[in-house]
Amino acid sequence: MTVIVSQLFTGVSIGAVLLLIALGLSLTFGQMGVINMAHGEFIMAGAYTVYVLQKVITGAGWSLLIALPIAFAVAGAMGVLLEFLLIRRLYARPLDTLLVTWGVSLILQQAARDIFGAPNVQTKAPDALTGNVRITDDLVLSNNRLFILGLAGLAVVALTLVLRFTSLGRRIRAVVQNRDLAAVSGIPTGRVDRLTFFIGSGLAGVAGVALTLLGPIGPTMGTNVIIDAFLVVVAGGIGHLKGSVIVAFALGTLQSLIEYSTTVSVAKVLVFVAIVAFLQWRPQGLFTLRTRSMA
Amino acid sequence: MSGLRIRDLRVSFDGFKAVDGVDLDVAPGDIRFLIGPNGAGKTTLVDAVTGLVKASGSVHFGDAELLGRPVHQIARMGVGRTFQTATVFEELTVLQNLDIAAGAGRSPWSLLRRRTSVPTVVSEALETINLTAQRDQLAGTLAHGQKQWLEIGMLLVQDVRLLLLDEPVAGMSHDERDATGALLGVVSRDRTVVVIEHDMDFMRSFARTVTVLHAGKVLSEGSVAQVQADPKVQEVYLGQGTRDA
Amino acid sequence: MTSTVERPVSAPPVAPRRRFVLRGPGVGLAVGAVVLFAVAPVALSDFRLSLLAKYLCIAMVAVGIGLAWGRGGLLTLGQGVFFGLGGYAMAMHMKLADAGPGQMPDFMLLYGQLDALPWWWAPFRSPYFALPATVLLPMLVAFLLGSLVFRRRVRGAYFAILSQALAAALAIFLIGQQGTTGGTNGLTDFQGFFGYDLDDPVNQRMVYFIVAASLLALLLIARQLIRSRYGELLVAVRDSEERVRFLGYNPANVKLVAYVVAAGMAGLAGALFVPAVGIINPALIGIVPSIEFVIGVAVGGRATLLGPVIGAVAVAWARTTLSEEFPAAWTYLQGLLFVLVVAFLPGGLASARVLLRRRSP
Ligand SMILES: Nc1ncnc2c1ncn2[C@@H]1O[C@H](COP(=O)(O)OP(=O)(O)OP(=O)(O)O)[C@@H](O)[C@H]1O
Ligand SMILES: [Mg+2]
Repeated sequence: MTVIVSQLFTGVSIGAVLLLIALGLSLTFGQMGVINMAHGEFIMAGAYTVYVLQKVITGAGWSLLIALPIAFAVAGAMGVLLEFLLIRRLYARPLDTLLVTWGVSLILQQAARDIFGAPNVQTKAPDALTGNVRITDDLVLSNNRLFILGLAGLAVVALTLVLRFTSLGRRIRAVVQNRDLAAVSGIPTGRVDRLTFFIGSGLAGVAGVALTLLGPIGPTMGTNVIIDAFLVVVAGGIGHLKGSVIVAFALGTLQSLIEYSTTVSVAKVLVFVAIVAFLQWRPQGLFTLRTRSMA
Repeated sequence: MSGLRIRDLRVSFDGFKAVDGVDLDVAPGDIRFLIGPNGAGKTTLVDAVTGLVKASGSVHFGDAELLGRPVHQIARMGVGRTFQTATVFEELTVLQNLDIAAGAGRSPWSLLRRRTSVPTVVSEALETINLTAQRDQLAGTLAHGQKQWLEIGMLLVQDVRLLLLDEPVAGMSHDERDATGALLGVVSRDRTVVVIEHDMDFMRSFARTVTVLHAGKVLSEGSVAQVQADPKVQEVYLGQGTRDA
Repeated sequence: MTSTVERPVSAPPVAPRRRFVLRGPGVGLAVGAVVLFAVAPVALSDFRLSLLAKYLCIAMVAVGIGLAWGRGGLLTLGQGVFFGLGGYAMAMHMKLADAGPGQMPDFMLLYGQLDALPWWWAPFRSPYFALPATVLLPMLVAFLLGSLVFRRRVRGAYFAILSQALAAALAIFLIGQQGTTGGTNGLTDFQGFFGYDLDDPVNQRMVYFIVAASLLALLLIARQLIRSRYGELLVAVRDSEERVRFLGYNPANVKLVAYVVAAGMAGLAGALFVPAVGIINPALIGIVPSIEFVIGVAVGGRATLLGPVIGAVAVAWARTTLSEEFPAAWTYLQGLLFVLVVAFLPGGLASARVLLRRRSP
């Protein structure tokens, strides 16, 4: 029994990580339809922000907290730059966007190698996050996982509030649903795109900060997580935050259960099979945004 | 020749009833015009008949039930359509467009070989739609009206028995409209034709029968004169006058 | 509603250009054949020739990608999977042949996790099974995945991401199975290729000729497909899948053919890569190599017949030349290639040629 509960907790915390890294994508890919392969490198940038800050600020706790907004700003700025320089020229060519941003991600990885060195580096975790919460003797929840869970929850709530209740949110939704109509209604679509990209990429930076708690960080850390993040958004459905949330936790749980009964490498294959099977049932993902599609 | 029989057709989008219990009979060889204000559900009705959207009720063409079948099977049963915005394969030539349309029944073997000559149906269709001179031109470079004709030509070589045309003369010049009307006459000789149109002049000139759709329901039906005299129709179009696109 | 009433119909000089495109590959193929069979073997040292064999294997994958992506719009980012399946099938056979009848491959004895040959290794002992399997196995996997995915209209970016996820999954899976697949190290240290000693330069040359001939054969197949009615249909599906459906075709089948053929080509490429280069491992088939197959195609011209081949060879050559001395510079250059070519020259070098032609009549 406790085994199941503790596997479930592992699953939920894997899901929380997945959700954090996918959340930004659910904005840029899910809402705008842009496939940004450099999203993983924005995550990396967030992680290295912690690393750099810790050279300046010695307290691990403070550096982590300060890193959150700075990483958001750094990754967000990179996102805006990318949108402005390249992506906005490619809105009509989604597949080409994928390849172009892959090129950008290669360049960013190499830049990280040149600046920080190729080997992975370890950041310091604050003492408060190194401990565990002991529920029963068999059921131990680690603090850093709980922190990530909380962070993911916070990010989802914040993003939902922004999308629902701010004028920026209304504009984003307007542009997503009908770009031309939004444009003629006086919404500066270009600026909305850039802001959306800022927030989406910024969330990648936050995810990067969270990932420093789970292990060493390195130039290729983005590539390792980006595919999973895309799968979450694909299976969750375009234009729906809640789809990504549900799928992230479902995938996390599935993965932890399969890993428990087999191995990590088998789990990878089975999760892929599960996603293909799922798409048989729901080709547009869990939730679909109905639009007239005939072209 | 077969006719179209629709019973209690319903389509809803997230609760919104775009087509709301339509009964419609189109006799074999008829040229039926489907009119109605914007958003009346005309295009959605055609979408339902051709399998593009899910619908309930029944749609018979001849003896066969169409609902519930995938789009390409319905097409193979002799039902063809055009779209509100002309959709041709812009990166292929006029000839290639027509050749593809003519080829749904081809064996895999003949698909894997090159086209050595122009099939007779294709060259006939080229004459009918008056695009013989543009045969080797990329379809993307055609004028708007010519694209619409190419679409109709594709239906001809596809050898459909039921043509569903969605606003075929929208954006056409006067001469082009007349040419299209004449084309309708030729086409309907051995086919059943349904035309969605906003252009009232065009309708008056070429319709044999008319159905008026409003808010997903059939409002009125009959000859052009009958429909125009119907007070319900006048009410719906009141303030809009006769809308010429 | 569209309001363009009359647009002047300027008939562009389409006909001559088309004829050029149609005749081009014929001439190009002939020139290519002469270069591959007459010039290269004479002009290049043994070492360079075996490098060229490696590049040509990559070019074989590129031919398939050109068909699926350039013509069919299927951006397949998982060709490494098929390359790997073909490669592992061939490598397993060669390992078993090296070991001799009834024996286990050396690495299995070395890792010592197994007492007997796993059952799924056994059939690869027979060349009559292993050789067809190098092509048919990838085609089968592509068929299964493709029919599931295309029938449910999963397309565009979704398809690209799924195909990439498959590459990631297979690579991670193989790494996890060290005892039976060699794990990260993969399969290597081959002695013979169907009885011929691979250390002998003469036999390496023979491998080169097999690779070159296979590439030519694949080009002929691709050329026939592109010029056939099927090729026109494939372009139609790429440009407007729904429209094709309303003409009575099932676009899923049209795409499936291109995808399966491309998979078979990648499989054959992988199979020949093993004797030509002497190794197959997960690092050659994961996400990164899979997307690198695509860049050569983009550089050369995705929608042309010979463009992908030329692009693939050029990029592979540049990689070998640059990455040894300036690994960092090579990564930057590769990134820039993706950005500049795809964003600003989507037709690749082939389109640059056409542009130049237009400018200077
Ligand atoms: N896929 C869809 N999702 C949601 N609503 C839709 C969809 N397709 C159509 N509708 C709605 O259904 C109603 C009927 O649309 P339809 O396109 O059939 O009208 P129409 O009679 O063809 O109008 P028009 O003359 O402007 O072409 C409209 O209110 C439209 O907004
Ligand atoms: Mg309509």
